[in-house]
Amino acid sequence: MTGTRSAAMTSPRTRRIKGTSQVPAMIFLYILSFLVVIPFVWMISLAFTPNHEAFGSVSLIPANPTLENFGTAWIDANLGRAMFNSLLVAVAVVACNCVFSVLAGYAFALMPFPGSFGIFLGILATTAIPVSVTLIPLFLMARGIPLAGGNDILGQGGSGLLDTLVGVMLPYLILPMNIFLARQYFSTSPPELAEAARIDGASEWRIFRSVYLPLAKPLVAVVAIFSFVGVWDDFLWPLVVTNTESSQTVQLALARFLASGNIQYGPLMAGAVIATIPVVILFLFNQRAFVSGLADGSVKG
Amino acid sequence: MSTSTPSPMGEATTSPVGGVPSPPASGRRPRRWSRIQIVGLLFVLPAGLYILIFQMIPVVYGFVLSFTEYNPIRRGGPEFTGLDNYAELVGDPEFGKALLMTGRYVLQVLPATVVIALVLALLVNRPFRGVGLFRSALYLPHIVSLTVVSMVWLWMYSPSGLFNDILTRFDFSPQTWLLDADTALNAVSGMRIWKALGSNMVLLLAGLQSIPRDLYEAARVDGAGRWKTFRYVTLPGLRPMLVYVVVMDIIFLAQGFAEVYVLTKGGPLGSTTTVNFLIYTEAFQYNQFGSASAMAFVLFAFIVGFSVLSVRSLVGRQK
Repeated sequence: MTGTRSAAMTSPRTRRIKGTSQVPAMIFLYILSFLVVIPFVWMISLAFTPNHEAFGSVSLIPANPTLENFGTAWIDANLGRAMFNSLLVAVAVVACNCVFSVLAGYAFALMPFPGSFGIFLGILATTAIPVSVTLIPLFLMARGIPLAGGNDILGQGGSGLLDTLVGVMLPYLILPMNIFLARQYFSTSPPELAEAARIDGASEWRIFRSVYLPLAKPLVAVVAIFSFVGVWDDFLWPLVVTNTESSQTVQLALARFLASGNIQYGPLMAGAVIATIPVVILFLFNQRAFVSGLADGSVKG
Repeated sequence: MSTSTPSPMGEATTSPVGGVPSPPASGRRPRRWSRIQIVGLLFVLPAGLYILIFQMIPVVYGFVLSFTEYNPIRRGGPEFTGLDNYAELVGDPEFGKALLMTGRYVLQVLPATVVIALVLALLVNRPFRGVGLFRSALYLPHIVSLTVVSMVWLWMYSPSGLFNDILTRFDFSPQTWLLDADTALNAVSGMRIWKALGSNMVLLLAGLQSIPRDLYEAARVDGAGRWKTFRYVTLPGLRPMLVYVVVMDIIFLAQGFAEVYVLTKGGPLGSTTTVNFLIYTEAFQYNQFGSASAMAFVLFAFIVGFSVLSVRSLVGRQK
């Protein structure tokens, strides 16, 4: 952060904002950015601070850095199992969204049929439904899935998909927002490609699979990231649907670790770091997709 | 794994369905669906059915439940009680307080986060070396889960955490932050303002960049100062995005849950019990699915009302 300071000051082009006020603006930006980032710096610092030192005045750079907290968190919070669960759920959710949400968005954009726009609007409207409205019905539906978890054919008698990984992934498998993003993306793809392929006798599935999908890699990246982060970071649904360690996600494992007795900030922060690493790695390699996904989903519709 | 499913399904089912109507349709019947339209429907079908079953039906199901009394432990099934749940909510001081707290929470976080995010967006909307680094750093709080950032702030607010450490270093007395009913909601709000900055900034930045350059050129030629350019070019150009940002923030903030769960568990003395937190405890600790559903629909109505109101006030000024 400090290395860019001099370079930023001598920025060659200034547009919109006139050159005179650059210095105060930059100082202001440095201060704000510092304030935004500082909690994460502390999170990492505490993760390496021996737990018995984590109370009282802590220094930003640990005097006796240790990896002990990571081991404690990994074992006491059962993070290994939780990471595995979260990853499995996330992979299934990403795969499902990349296929079905993208396919539906493609059809909405390039293969419209009578009533398709109405259906699209209906799907779009579901993005505004608060989680708490569908939470209880989804819980009952997950419990009542026929022939799962000891249920009979009518969905009675057992626990259904409660406390299973399939139950955890259930509400995220096809996210309406992704269908919206896909439709927006394919609306700007040239329809002539499909016409040409149809003349050549290609099936509709092939046209999608071999003509348009290869052109839509940025979209697939956005959909994958949106789905991954959405399911990885979510808390309320996993909290409701799981009740043992066998199916809990990593966020839940951390929350239960926090609630399990006296707060141990060292291991807790180490666990927080572990839980955050996959998302941060994804972000670092796909920054553009992260940001454009957010912006694309906004006012273009 | 699931990648292979649509291919057989798509092709196997389309050919018979698509093949049947086309030969007799040669006599030009406009009503009949073309093969492409039928395949289009089939492409939408899996997603459409899923959304219907797991998004739309739950809303209806929840609405029905809100008129019943239902304890999921006793497997007797819901009992219809008419408007009882809603009537009880009207006189329920706990629910009233939760609504009030949720409203306060939204009103405390929303303006602050939007204004700071706008300032940040303006600051990083200029070309200088390292601007990408700043944008990434400022976006960071958005991608880290609410659960995790709440835990970090839990430490910062703790009696010997960062905030009290700073205060005592400057000879101020340490504060109780989350442990005091008067300050707990403010403390949660402070965290959420910070958490919401990243996404708002990115959205507003996209909005800023969609404003045509020539408008700024024209303003400059006309001799408009910086404030006037901002007031008459930037703000109007930003309005659609601003509306979107405000509505999205209202929807998300009004559903605050994970931060409350981690930071305060709704306390002290219910001072941070948001409606969503109350719904959770009502449903999953007290097993009152009926009245919890009614609460959810009252919250839904408030969110819609708030959103419409804010869109009106933001768009209305355009004329």
